[in-house]
Amino acid sequence: MSGQLVAFDDLFNDASQATLRSEIPSSGCSSSSCGSSAGPGDMPPEVWAKIKDHPCYSEEAHHYFARMHVAVAPACNIQCNYCNRKYDCANESRPGVVSEKLTPDQALRKVVTVANEVPQLSVLGIAGPGDACYDWKKTKATFEAVSREITDIKLCISTNGLALPDHVDELAAMNVDHVTITINMVDPEIGTKIYPWIYFRNRRYTGLEASQILHERQMQGLEMLTSRGILTKINSVMIPGVNDEHLKVVNAEVKKRGAFLHNIMPLISDPAHGTHYGLTGQRGPTHAELKALQDACAGGANLMRHCRQCRADAVGLLGEDRGQEFTLDQLPNAVHYDPAKREAYRELVASERGDHVAAKTRAAAELKENADRAILVAIATKGGGRINEHFGHAREFQVYEAGRDGVKFIGHRKVEDTYCLGGFGEDATLDSVIRTLEGVDAVLCSKVGDCPRKDLAKAGIAVTDAYAFDYIEAAIASYYASEHAVPVQALSA
Amino acid sequence: MAYKIIASQCTVCGACEFECPTAAIKMKGDTYIIDAAKCVECVGHFDKPQCAEVCPVPKTCVKV
Repeated sequence: MSGQLVAFDDLFNDASQATLRSEIPSSGCSSSSCGSSAGPGDMPPEVWAKIKDHPCYSEEAHHYFARMHVAVAPACNIQCNYCNRKYDCANESRPGVVSEKLTPDQALRKVVTVANEVPQLSVLGIAGPGDACYDWKKTKATFEAVSREITDIKLCISTNGLALPDHVDELAAMNVDHVTITINMVDPEIGTKIYPWIYFRNRRYTGLEASQILHERQMQGLEMLTSRGILTKINSVMIPGVNDEHLKVVNAEVKKRGAFLHNIMPLISDPAHGTHYGLTGQRGPTHAELKALQDACAGGANLMRHCRQCRADAVGLLGEDRGQEFTLDQLPNAVHYDPAKREAYRELVASERGDHVAAKTRAAAELKENADRAILVAIATKGGGRINEHFGHAREFQVYEAGRDGVKFIGHRKVEDTYCLGGFGEDATLDSVIRTLEGVDAVLCSKVGDCPRKDLAKAGIAVTDAYAFDYIEAAIASYYASEHAVPVQALSA
Repeated sequence: MAYKIIASQCTVCGACEFECPTAAIKMKGDTYIIDAAKCVECVGHFDKPQCAEVCPVPKTCVKV
């Protein structure tokens, strides 16, 4: 199960509480300034109440809460050039990929099993692997069965929007208060390069007509959700040379129609995936191109930057996938939901997240006064909002920008192969980690060896374990102060 | 007159099953099959056979 967070456990003598403490994220995303803005003070209370436990919508929540997707909706009503649903691999993480499809009954068994074993679970999402609104009967049956059993679980769906207007009222009636629509264009001419066909009202449409219908249905669906107070996230796939510049227009248009969050994701393209884009050599964007586009959208719809483009059967915190622990063959035949563990965990998180917010606020205030230039800092973390991962064990680095605007989460950089396996660092892998960290000024981690430290220094990247187990934002502010000789007091929490 | 599904290409997404106006499509083993006795190629229901219209894999729902 989850790893230990040493700093937490030392604070508690009571053994059972210490065990629960250790459930506070052992891995996953620990970003700030992504998802929606910081906390309860920044938005109407009714909105905060909706997002505070949803890891994909709230910066605060994704430090502590987990989501699971059940792959009950395999049928789809459109074809996208970045998708090939025939492909399936347990080791791959990207949207639309699943290992096994579930019936609504099997999904119920899976959700209850996960809820009993993963106290962080707060959200059940249906994200395909096809389209949740098109394969509606299975989506609806699953939501109804699960919410009867686990009354406080948040329900969430992801859709291409084509069938969405037909089901908005039912979604509202089932208390689904988070909907994600994938919108890659608001100009059907651009749509023709992304969508070869759609299936709508018993007929297949191609070309401009297909994209025109899809566009109108997406806008209609978004407006209907907004008017019913359902929070909507817009996912956009950034496809260089196709819709990259255009996504600025998309951002403005969806904001105008009430979208709560905009998530611009990089195209994943590889010939081995068998997608049209993969086979025709369409490339995805670089880290720098993605960030430049996200930055250019500042001031429009809020941007989500912590998306991991997860699988349609993902289980766990963002950035970790425990799906393989809960495959069908491992599920008990009869399940009974026990709320005790989830409830106890929630109480604990309520106090912990207060401390974290306070540390972050202090860090932002200090930087605002003292920062002169912006630097990029990469963090090795297992989650919980703290620096608690060894350099060589990190499967990804969280990248933050520190400057006058405080400490802002920028994105994550995935590491292809972890550097340190069983204690032996591999030089070739270290080179690839260093390439992954291109443009980063410093790395903060809980431990690092002399050899990588030297090689990183040669590449112009500082690395330190002096802030091990501190809160991320506070540590970055302290690091900034020490490097720039400005009078920032020690902020480490 | 009837359609059939090329099993080796089928993704088992099930869209054809619920779009079929004569309920001619059912899961059998680990793939879907079309009952030729029930299939009317959507004549009298729609302009084109729905299974072929919605199927995500080209040339997978085809005329027998």
